[in-house]
Amino acid sequence: MAETHLIREARGIGPEAFEAFLETREEPEWLRQARREAWQILRETPKPGPNDEAWRRTDIRALAIEDLATVLVGDGATPPEAMRQIPERRDDLAGGLLLFNGQSLLRWVDERLERRGLIFTDLPTAIREHPDQVAPYLGQIVRPGDGFFAAMNAAFWRNGIFLYVPRDLEVTLPLRAVIGLQGVPTDFSRILIVVEPGAQVTFIDERLADDAVGAAFHNGTVEIHVKENARLTYIALQNWGRYMWNFTHERAFVDRDSTLDWVVIGMGGGITKTFLEVALIGRGATAYMSGVFFFDGQQHADYDTEQDHIAPYTKSDLLYKVALKDRARSVWQGMIRAHPGAQKTDAYQANRNLILSPHARADSIPGLEIMANDLRCTHGATVGQINEEELFYLMSRGLSRPVATRLIVEGFFAPVLDRIPVPDIRRQADTIIHRKLGVPPEEEF
Amino acid sequence: MEDALIIRDLHVRVEGKPVLRGVNLTVRKGEIHALMGPNGSGKTTLAYVLMGHPAYTVEQGEVLWKGQNILELPPDERAHLGLFLAFQYPVAVPGVTVANFLRTALNERRKRLNPEDKGIPIPEFRKLLREKLALLGLEDSFAARYVNDGFSGGEKKRLEILQMAVLQPEMAILDETDSGLDIDGVRTVAEGINRIFGPHMGILLITHYQRILNYVKPHFVHVMYNGRIVASGGPELALELEEKGYEWLREQFAEQPTA
Ligand SMILES: Nc1ncnc2c1ncn2[C@@H]1O[C@H](COP(=O)(O)OP(=O)(O)OP(=O)(O)O)[C@@H](O)[C@H]1O
Ligand SMILES: [Mg+2]
Repeated sequence: MAETHLIREARGIGPEAFEAFLETREEPEWLRQARREAWQILRETPKPGPNDEAWRRTDIRALAIEDLATVLVGDGATPPEAMRQIPERRDDLAGGLLLFNGQSLLRWVDERLERRGLIFTDLPTAIREHPDQVAPYLGQIVRPGDGFFAAMNAAFWRNGIFLYVPRDLEVTLPLRAVIGLQGVPTDFSRILIVVEPGAQVTFIDERLADDAVGAAFHNGTVEIHVKENARLTYIALQNWGRYMWNFTHERAFVDRDSTLDWVVIGMGGGITKTFLEVALIGRGATAYMSGVFFFDGQQHADYDTEQDHIAPYTKSDLLYKVALKDRARSVWQGMIRAHPGAQKTDAYQANRNLILSPHARADSIPGLEIMANDLRCTHGATVGQINEEELFYLMSRGLSRPVATRLIVEGFFAPVLDRIPVPDIRRQADTIIHRKLGVPPEEEF
Repeated sequence: MEDALIIRDLHVRVEGKPVLRGVNLTVRKGEIHALMGPNGSGKTTLAYVLMGHPAYTVEQGEVLWKGQNILELPPDERAHLGLFLAFQYPVAVPGVTVANFLRTALNERRKRLNPEDKGIPIPEFRKLLREKLALLGLEDSFAARYVNDGFSGGEKKRLEILQMAVLQPEMAILDETDSGLDIDGVRTVAEGINRIFGPHMGILLITHYQRILNYVKPHFVHVMYNGRIVASGGPELALELEEKGYEWLREQFAEQPTA
């Protein structure tokens, strides 16, 4: 397999690195300006530490920012076969995209949809070919001021994905993208999704890397606009290697009478800190946030969620299910915020944790901030072990302890996984779950 | 003695308290034994201990089956030796469908017998399952439901017998399978049990009521009281209990030291 050949590399976030970075980019002035502004903010923002509320439970003191390869230009990469196949042209997809080690290696869209205005491509190409669709949206939802890693991403993002669904276009088959990494130390990705009024689409985003030792680093941003009466199903599967530092800021604006169905599957990464937020900005907007997370070994994952009800008659429903094995640790901090005027808000959040080993640990911290008065907000959080009575029941039918455990874990995730409309992703999640449990699955039923 | 479950002088404690205090009982293949006795006398404890529930400590005694003392074996190995327990209180396993559960159980057993086994072919399994569902008067859609999750009392008991029908054990302990069933339910389930039963298997049927014994005819009836089997007889003993209740036991065994 051909390795990525590094043409250029510089480290840290200092002025020299940033200027070197800009030199590697052929970009329009508005974007260079935006990067400069972001970099200024980055310089003024301290790296988060244990005294920052959002970072109290995730220690990143060992992450040396000055050693990060912020400038990395390479070519000649060959992705692993399994990674390459995922977004290939197929009858059951409307488009595919492969970004590997920061390079765009494959992109295709069903021509009929392309003719009707669907754009699905890597972000640099989109900026070159469709500046009018990109410029008004890029950086409007996740801003450099949102945090250290948001600023770093806005200044240094290298590649990304742009999905634009024009007004009233209903894309029935899913679009599928892979962001893959192998053998490179850093990646900065940026995803921008715009679903115009009345349009519908399903987008699958997979982040894949092997377990190569050595500190790898990913900083990602996801910005989502779901406009009036539109519908987006967004499925994100994160299966980075287990030595990866992984930081993301992801936020969606959900407008009048529209629906966002956002499923997050988190299985990989070494240390992950992620901000996932929905803002219900138009009357009658709905957002579902579902999550399936399974961590083992020494993995640490910290998920910060926000359900921001800004307009009246909005609904949000969050269900995050977490299973932990070995010494894995998870943190979920969820906030439901009903802003003044968000009457008739209907908000729900639940976090369920299944602890499979005595040394695994889950922190579950729900939160409510209510500034409207006519609404319904409920939340629930549980942390529990495998029920011994369930285990005995299954074992009494001849299931060994590991197989019984596998069934219980599958059952735990089933209510969320059963909602995923793409069988492939469901299978892939199952495969990772079984690998973590060390028990092969039954063949298809 | 290959063909008998032999319980000898079994003493069991639960959370420090003696619950079984010297149980002796032999159930042979081809025999149906009814076990009756007042609430709290230890019937379910006996059933759990036979199946290997981890909460119960055996203090003394042995249980022989197929020539070995099974008390050292984990529950799954006992199941693979042909033992089966229909639970008095079946456990819900949310998110796991009846079909998936049963197929996994069947395949586990096939793999124990032959490590090379690739599992039961799907069409064969579907056919088997449909046949057994019909036997118990259950709709096909029942197989897609999550195991005991939100089941009515009667549905739970039907599922227990469905599992027995699929797994075809050689020694089945049925713990109050009749309770929670309506009148038609008792008949359907009893007919199911009779269809499954034969010279190849033994049954220990725990019950409080004569009703099921009208359908599933026991060869022997035993009465448990305060952790011991205090009376054994033929089917007429059940009728006698139905008539007299357990009060006479209390009088007769009152001098027995209690825990
Ligand atoms: N897990 C347990 N923890 C504490 N006590 C227990 C436990 N299991 C059984 N016992 C006690 O042991 C005794 C026997 O209970 P068991 O369930 O075996 O009775 P049973 O004969 O099946 O009664 P029933 O007819 O009501 O089903 C009771 O006093 C019960 O409270
Ligand atoms: Mg009982």
